[in-house]
Amino acid sequence: MEGRPFSDISYERFLSEDKLMGSKCKKCGVLSVPPRSICIKCYGSEMGWVEMKGKGKLAAFTCIAIGPPFMIKEGYDRKHPYVSGVVELEEGVKVVARIEGVDGSKPETIRIGTPLKVEFLHRGEGENSTTFLAFRPS
Amino acid sequence: MRGPRKLGRGVAVVGAGMSRFGMFSDKDSKYLFAEAFHEMLSTVDKGIDPEDIDALYLGNFTNDFFIHQGHWGPIISDLLGLTPKPATRTEGACASSALAFREGVFAIASGFYDVVLVGGVEEMSKRSTEEVTQGLAMAASPYEVRAGFTFPGVFGAIATAYFARYGASREHLMNVTIKSHDNARLNPKAQFNVSIRDIMNQRIEKAKSKGGPIPAWRDEKEFLRDPGANPVVAWPMHLYDCCPISDGASCVLLVAEKIARSFTDKPLYVAGIGQGSGKGLHAKEDLTYFEATRYAAKEAYELSGLKPEDIQIAEVHDCFSIAEILHIEDLGFFRPGEGYKAVKEGLTRLDGSKPINTSGGLKCKGHPVGATGTGQLVEIWKQLRGEAGGRQVPIKDLRVGATQSLGGTGGTCTLTILERR
Repeated sequence: MEGRPFSDISYERFLSEDKLMGSKCKKCGVLSVPPRSICIKCYGSEMGWVEMKGKGKLAAFTCIAIGPPFMIKEGYDRKHPYVSGVVELEEGVKVVARIEGVDGSKPETIRIGTPLKVEFLHRGEGENSTTFLAFRPS
Repeated sequence: MRGPRKLGRGVAVVGAGMSRFGMFSDKDSKYLFAEAFHEMLSTVDKGIDPEDIDALYLGNFTNDFFIHQGHWGPIISDLLGLTPKPATRTEGACASSALAFREGVFAIASGFYDVVLVGGVEEMSKRSTEEVTQGLAMAASPYEVRAGFTFPGVFGAIATAYFARYGASREHLMNVTIKSHDNARLNPKAQFNVSIRDIMNQRIEKAKSKGGPIPAWRDEKEFLRDPGANPVVAWPMHLYDCCPISDGASCVLLVAEKIARSFTDKPLYVAGIGQGSGKGLHAKEDLTYFEATRYAAKEAYELSGLKPEDIQIAEVHDCFSIAEILHIEDLGFFRPGEGYKAVKEGLTRLDGSKPINTSGGLKCKGHPVGATGTGQLVEIWKQLRGEAGGRQVPIKDLRVGATQSLGGTGGTCTLTILERR
């Protein structure tokens, strides 16, 4: 784990292994999710990987009726909107993610502050496989 | 930030023009830019010989994607007969031509050039809505795209955070939309130069002629609440919260202050310029403001010696209705959490104390991405010179106007302040 570069590619690979990982500056302790290879507080380059507990709360959200092609392919459309959101993790950092287990066609039922837990959505196979970071109400 | 910035020498705007904005199946980027250029030439009171233009700075976001053609600097230079003068393209997503303007100002302020053409162009309507959405998403962060965010989605999420913090609601966003349409009704260059009331009447007439059920909207808000008339795009962003897909071009002519009067007796001076950069949605400390706009504003105010209250009129980047509310707070016109109240009270209307987006804004004038920054300046040019026709604001001694642009999800923001002396 320690040998992986602190890149978006590593971040995505961890997601495919059902891990939400961030980088922690060994000098000043600043945590970044997704990882950064430069600490933007002390400009140190010595980082360590840390796994997030995967718990947080909903900070902002949207129910998207007109999505990009890869979401349309999953069956989402104007009649079946999906939900994307900003999640504030217990560790104090925020991530953007799909929000599962809520009804995108009933936005009034979705509440900011709702406690959430992480979920990893695996799509496609082999070289075309992708994992999307998601959260659902806990 | 170190001490106040300053320009090496003064810079003035002496001409401004734009094409009509809209969706044109028979007009391409070159045609549209020529339209803007011709209008600009006609606005230079004492005339300009295009041979005297030293350089071109051109904003374009992604015609590469929209029409599979890049390298727009020399294409436009060739179009205008400016070759072999230098032509440089700037890219800052939706703020692309705001950056072209800034580079033009620097080029003159440094003493290198005396006469510079700056402008922007974008041709978006040849693609489907889904494809345009995908193209625009290239200016978002990769994490946002992975999470399914579209541009309306990003601003929808920002709206939910703003609502939760300050107690605003969709009803308040409707006030922005209604105002934008009222202003655009008076702008013949606008893509949608109709009021919401006009649209309602058109729909009612259509229903009558078709013999279908006649809609019974009591007022504009009831129309906007009707999901049939105003469907959701990315909740709480509905169709009428979103700027359209547009084609268009715009440009302004910049000259050194010392020669400005040889072009016109009514030049507008560049009092302040500012630019900032911002983090992606996940890394923002706070979702209810744009750090890049606040930074750009600080820079422009310091350079000009002006304060928010000195800005009499402004065009702000209302790509989505919620954005207008955030911008008028970030620029210091209203305190955080007070912007939506100011709009509700009518302060930002054409006849209000702080008219915002008299052109109809991106929402109604149109948003051909790369053309928007200098397009906003065209409106301020007209207003400060008293040439805005039916939408001329009734402010006595109107001297100071500003334009604010936002690129991506707040990644690039600018503020430009123009002054009539």
